[in-house]
Order: sequence, then structure tokens, then C-alpha cells
Amino acid sequence: MRHLLSIADLSKPEAISILDTAVELARVSDGAVKKLPTLRGRTIVNLFAEDSTRTRISFEAAAKRLSADVINFSAKGSSLSKGESLKDTALTLQAMGADAVIIRHSSSGAPQRLADSSWMQGSVINAGDGTHEHPSQALLDAFTIRKHLGKGSSDLQGIKVAIVGDVLHSRVARSNVLLLNLLGAKVTLVAPPTLLPVGVESWPVAVSYNFDEVVASVDVVMMLRVQQERMSDLFFPNAREYSRYFGLNSERLAIMKPNSIVMHPGPMNRGLEISADVADSARSVIVEQVANGVSVRMAILYVLLAGQPLEVGGN
Amino acid sequence: MSQHYLLKNAQLPNGAMSDLLIVDGFISSIASNISGAEAQVIDVTGSVVLPGLVDLHTHLRQPGREDAETIYSGSRAGAKGGFTALSAMANTSPVADNAGVVEQVFRLGQEAGLLDVFPIGAVTRGLAGVELSEIGAMADSIAKVRVFSDDGHCVFDPLVMRRALEYIKKFGGVISQHAQEPRLTIGSQMNEGNVSSILGLKGWPAIAEEAIIARDVLLVDHVQSRLHIAHVTTAGGVEIIRWAKARGINVTAEVTPHHLLLTDELARSYDPVFKVNPPLRAEKDVMALREALADGTIDIVATDHAPHTSESKECEWSEASFGMIGLETALSIVQKTMVESGFMNWEQVADRLSTAPAKIAGYEHQGSNLKVGSSANLTVINPGKTWTVDRDLVASKSRNTPFHGYELPGVITHTFFNGSPTLLDGVLSSGGVH
Amino acid sequence: MSSALSAPEISRALIRISHEILEANPDSSKITLLGIPTRGAHLAYRIGSHMREFAGHEIPVGTLDITLHRDDLRLRPPRAIMPTSIPNQGIEGREVVLIDDVLFSGRTIRAALDALGEIGRPRRVQLAVLVDRGHRELPIRADFVGKNIPTAITQSVKLHLTEIDSIDEVLVED
Repeated sequence: MRHLLSIADLSKPEAISILDTAVELARVSDGAVKKLPTLRGRTIVNLFAEDSTRTRISFEAAAKRLSADVINFSAKGSSLSKGESLKDTALTLQAMGADAVIIRHSSSGAPQRLADSSWMQGSVINAGDGTHEHPSQALLDAFTIRKHLGKGSSDLQGIKVAIVGDVLHSRVARSNVLLLNLLGAKVTLVAPPTLLPVGVESWPVAVSYNFDEVVASVDVVMMLRVQQERMSDLFFPNAREYSRYFGLNSERLAIMKPNSIVMHPGPMNRGLEISADVADSARSVIVEQVANGVSVRMAILYVLLAGQPLEVGGN
Repeated sequence: MSQHYLLKNAQLPNGAMSDLLIVDGFISSIASNISGAEAQVIDVTGSVVLPGLVDLHTHLRQPGREDAETIYSGSRAGAKGGFTALSAMANTSPVADNAGVVEQVFRLGQEAGLLDVFPIGAVTRGLAGVELSEIGAMADSIAKVRVFSDDGHCVFDPLVMRRALEYIKKFGGVISQHAQEPRLTIGSQMNEGNVSSILGLKGWPAIAEEAIIARDVLLVDHVQSRLHIAHVTTAGGVEIIRWAKARGINVTAEVTPHHLLLTDELARSYDPVFKVNPPLRAEKDVMALREALADGTIDIVATDHAPHTSESKECEWSEASFGMIGLETALSIVQKTMVESGFMNWEQVADRLSTAPAKIAGYEHQGSNLKVGSSANLTVINPGKTWTVDRDLVASKSRNTPFHGYELPGVITHTFFNGSPTLLDGVLSSGGVH
Repeated sequence: MSSALSAPEISRALIRISHEILEANPDSSKITLLGIPTRGAHLAYRIGSHMREFAGHEIPVGTLDITLHRDDLRLRPPRAIMPTSIPNQGIEGREVVLIDDVLFSGRTIRAALDALGEIGRPRRVQLAVLVDRGHRELPIRADFVGKNIPTAITQSVKLHLTEIDSIDEVLVED
């Protein structure tokens, strides 16, 4: 495996091995050892053409804990924001000797363009491209679910997950639908009809417009962030209607199954898709998701970079 | 040009075998075993001779984007693809919305001397969709514009479209409408469907095309004018046109070669060489388009040849320009999708790619179906041979072909324009002044 | 392929090693055994239970995975990481005995020393192996050896244990 562009690139054993590796790496991180020599001498570039603090810091921490050298290349003030093309940026990175590029970009497919091009040789890791995918987020979500509800199993067989909110624009939703299915979980999407993509009928999911019906029957409620701009684009009338029908508030929390958990990829709009007391409740594993992110991202870097370098052109 | 040419052992579109004699720019004889003529003999055994292809939809980019294509390089690409007439779309810079620009385009085409370049005039000023352009002035210019189009943009305002359809009646014109409801396609990147839902690319729903087609066939019927639908891509659009024609509504339609073969599955690679407007659609749409072209619901094939420089395509999908080149591969794609599949024979190919487009646009001396006495505008294609598309070897200035690496049937060996070969044994002539 | 150690021989060797470790470390309350997964870990549990019998008290036993410290990661596809589990007493100031199945180039032990160094500072580190097959590439030696088996560099030495392979034996293959 040379790149991680989409969950579709992973087989079930590969996905599970990333989760298992993350378990061991988490143990390492919890202990006295915070740094491992495994990727010493490797150069990893964070190419964040779209703003993001938490994902970039998470990947940076992961790379540094494995002793890799990290170079940050972020959008603001960089040549990218001055109109330099993706191609020229990639050629520069290649000249700098990047072994891997972790790329976040506002354009769906940009990481794949980078990977398929001849502009650079390293591994490409998708840290979120447009509305397409966010594989490392799905992996850390699966890691978190397995930790709480896996009952010692290696996969997520039979676990019921509701993904709630703006599915249409969510790369987190797309990656999660793929990975949760791959690991045997059952997914239901809950959203207003305007925020579900045409073509969702072909996805391996159930779809519901009724949050109250779904929230009491699932083991995981994964809330998606809703952007304020969606209101002016006619996706729903106003924030009040959105929260009333699709927000996770204390009333809905109260009817959730015992031992069920609440997740959110962040950043949260407290009061819009999730109320403050739900975000801070005992059921919420939102803060833990962030911590798990570092171990999972370390596992991704390990699996992609620690082993034998593939020949150029290999996949 | 008083070279004479004798094409021996040609297969005519109707299947009959014959020789053709070209004298002083005209077809002087069509008979078997012509002999004794003082002419250069060209043995075209195994080849089909078609009337020279006529494209009703070509983007030649000059004036304004000569880095992507010029009228000269586009003419060369056309000659290589067997075309003897191209129609230069108006979305140049400056826009062809007045006599000055269309006359410049016309003159440049004549100087290139490789085929007829017929300028298309914009429907609205600056393609803005608000005020009518100088339709009369363009019609009366030396370019004699009859086809008007805002292609690239839809004439979306129903009142503007109504007035335009009414006004062109005075000049015997026809409007080629790029059917795309703008409000339903804001920021659209590819066909709206299963593939776009997975790829996270904003969809361009079929109804945005169908709704405009439906509106405009009713409109053209109401005002009794002439309408042509550019690049139809949807099964729904085909049905509406079929319904309209059954009611006797004066509408014609075109399909591009790429929409006869390619689907939106190709977008999975995120390679913007497959990004085009209107977008590649689903398999069911491709099948509906083939059936429609075969039964005449769609009257012609038009290339929508859209050259783009490499930096507009070597980037992320959402940044890339829309469009594919297509002059050099058009006839081969039609052979592959329509003749080899049994949908059409060569006689119908001659109609869809030559006679019918010439008739819709009123181009004299083109599409006259290989009659004795007509201008010798001919294409010779060897259907039995194959060739591999190489984007580095195209005659066009731009390399954005979606067919790079494809092995296609049908090698075009000769193209004759007014009796002179612009393509002779696969070699392009240099043409006139350029 | 030949059998270099049979099940009874393996058992005797492990018992002898258990005695030798206790002899070499008079204050047995300070001993911690760390087995290198996979089979070194199982050997460590066996030795630990023998030592509990002989010493009369529990000897802490854990595992130390060295994958992340290997120097040859880039030569092969990525390896699965095995569990590392350090007993509650830790390793600070303790007599740590590393336990592995076969000592060969010595690189595994070098990685183990690095891994140990990141966790803490033992008072002393010793090494017990079931088989020493020679061909060291680093200046590493074992303190306790079950059997010395001279081998050609092209041969391979395999340990099978009932916990994993349903049989106890050491095989030498060409």
C-alpha cells in the first residue's frame, strides 16, 4: 500500500491491521516513551491547502513521535495562496525530498491527482479532500467505536451506527460509510432530504428523515457539523428548524440505548447540531476521538512508510 | 488549382463500388472503371468515400485564446479528421457578437485555406444573455452568418430566447441552444448521479438540460422559428425532442462523439481530461443517444471541439476547464459506436456528419452527397485499418483528448476541399497563408 | 531438516536456565523477565513459572516488542506490531532478563536494548536464549543459553512451542 487516498483503497485485513497497530502505538504513547525511532530520517510534508488546526497538529504529532522530520506547508501566506498550481507545489516538494505528503485540499480528488501524477514520488496521504473523503478520521472513529463497543472483536460486526447531519457535503460521512460497512457495522444516515446526495440510494446504508425514530435504536450516534452557510443556500429554512429536527439535545440523549456513545469529528457548533450538555455528557467520546487520532495517524504512517519502499509506479 | 484526381475502387456511402474523377474542384464523373483521364490516380481500394464532413460546433479560440488553438491549427485538425467545413463558435475574446469579429474569423479561415470556416454569431451581446447582439449585421456581413449561439452559456432568460427566435426569422437564421438551466448547475462539476455522490463532486443534473429543451421546443413552436439543440446528452432530452418532432416542431439536434461512447465512470480517476460541459452521463444516456442518432431524432454529430492548454487540465478537477478536443477522432468514434455496432450504415454516417449539418446551417457547396457537378469536398476513410490515439501527435495545438491510448477503427487517408487535397495519404497540406 | 532439540530437551534446558538466572541474581525479588514476542514471550512465561517454583515467590514477567526499533524495517513490507506489556513494578533499577528463542545476528537484541532504554533504566540487563546459532553481526552475547547449535548461514532455525504450534521442538532447515 503506497497511498491512502480513500477508504476504498483498504481491504478489511488492512483496515484491521491499522487499528491493531494503533492499539499498540497508543500503549506506547500512554507509557513513558513518547518517541520512537521508526521513521527516523524520513521527511514528511504537511500540505494543508485548506485551513485546519486539529488535523494538521494531529498528523504532525504522529510523525514526530515516530522521529520523522516534519515540514509544514500551509495555505495562508504560502505560494499556494498566491496562485501556485498544485503541480508546481508538488515539484517543489519532490525537489525537497519528501517521503510522504499529507495533503488537505478544498478540491475533491486533489490527493489522487497528486498520487497519479509523475510530479512527485512519495506516499500521498489524504487528510481531507473537498467533500470526497477523510480516511484518517474514519479510521480513528472506527478505532474509538471498537474500543468502546467492540467486545474484543477485531471488527465492528453488528454494531449500529447513525450518521446525522449534512451528509451531502461531508467527507467524514463518505469515508465512514465505506469503513463501517467494510468492518461489518450497519449504517443509517439521518438528514433533511436536501442534505442527502442524489445517488445515496446506491450506498450500502439505510436512510431516514426522522432522528427520533433512529436515535433510540443505534449503538453510536455520530453527529456531523452543519455549516451556517447552508442556510443561505436554501438547504433548510433556519438554525431553529435544523436543531429541532436534527440536533442532538438532552431529550434525544435520554432515549439512547444504554452504553451507546456520541461522536463528532469536530469542530462542533454547540447549540446547532449538538447541545452543550450532550457534548459534555458521559456518553460523549468526542474528546477521546482527538486523542485516538494521534495513535491512528501514527499507525497510518507506520503502515505506509516503515516497510519496504515500493518501486515508483507500484501501487 | 487545376490538378485532377482520380479515386479508384472507392466504396460509395450506399455501398456501391465506383471510381470518382475530380476536375477543377468539382466531381466530374462517378462511374466504374474511369480511364484515360489526365489525373493523379489514387487507389482507395478498401476505403469508403464520404462527402466532406461538416462540423456545426467547433471552438477555434481565435481571437483571444491563440495559445490553445488558432483558426489555422484548428483547420489542420479538421482536415486530419476529414472535415471540409467547421463552424466557429462565438465565445471568443472579443465575443463574435458583431460584424467586425465574424468577418475577421471568416477571413482567417480563408487565409488558412484548408476548409470552410463559417463563423457562428452570438445570440446576445457579450454572451451575457440580456441584449440581442447585432444579428442583422452579422447575417449581412461577408461571413453571411445564419447560425447563432451563445454556446458556453445558455440563453436562459425565456423572454430573451423568445425575442431572439423571433428576430432571426428575418435573416433565415437558426439558434443553437446550449441547454443548461444556470440555477440548477451552480458550481457543477460532473453528471449528478451515483458516481458524483461518491466522488464528492457537485452534480450537473440531467433535468437542467431537459428543462431548457422542453421550454425551447414549445417556444420555437409558438413563434414558428428554427431551433437547434447543441450537444444533447440525456435520455430525457432525447425523449422531449422525439415528442417535439412528432408534433412537427421545427427543432434539430446534435450529439458529440464523446457522448456516444464515454460515461461518468471515467470521472473516478479525477483526471480533468474527462471534464466537459455538458458532462459525460450514464450508460443509459449513451444508449439512448445512439438510438436517437440512428433513428434521426438526433440529426447530426457535432464535435464541440474544445481545445485547452495543459495548465488548464493538469490540475485538480474543480480548477480545470471544461472541454475536450475531438476533430481528429470524430469519424473513428462514430464508426466504432454506430457502424460497428450495427446502429447505422455509411450512408447514414454521410447524412449525419455531412449532408444534414450542411442543410441545417445552409452551407452551400458542402454536404452535397457526392453528385456529379458538386464541389469536390470529400473524405476517404479506410474502415478496416485501426490506429492508436496519441495526444502528442495531434494536429490541434491542444492535447486534451479523452481518447489518448485508445485503439480506434477507421483511418482517414484523404480529405479533399474544393477539389484540392488537404490531407493526402495521411499527410496534411500546409494550406494557404497562415 | 533435522530436529536439534526434542521436547524433553527443551524442558530440561528451560529448567536449567531458570536455575542459572536465580544463581546469577541472588536478590531474586529484583528480577523482571521480559520475553520478546512471539515465542520469546511464551518462553518467558514458562521460565517465570519455573522460577516461581524454585524461588518461592512470583517473578514479574512481561513482553517487549521490538518491531518499532528494528534497523531492517525498510527491507520488507511493514510488520505487525506485537504487544508490549511491562509488569507493574516497571524496570527502573531492576535486574531485567531479556528472553528470546534464537540468538543469531544480535540485531533483535540491539533493538530490544534501545526499546528498553526508552522505557527506563534497569540496574542490569541480561540475556537468556533457548538457542544460540552463531553468526553475530554485532557485539552481543547471551548470559544464559539453552543449547549452542552451530549452523551454516544459509540454514534456518525454527522453534515450535505447544502454545502456538502444538508441539515443542527446535528444527534446523536448509
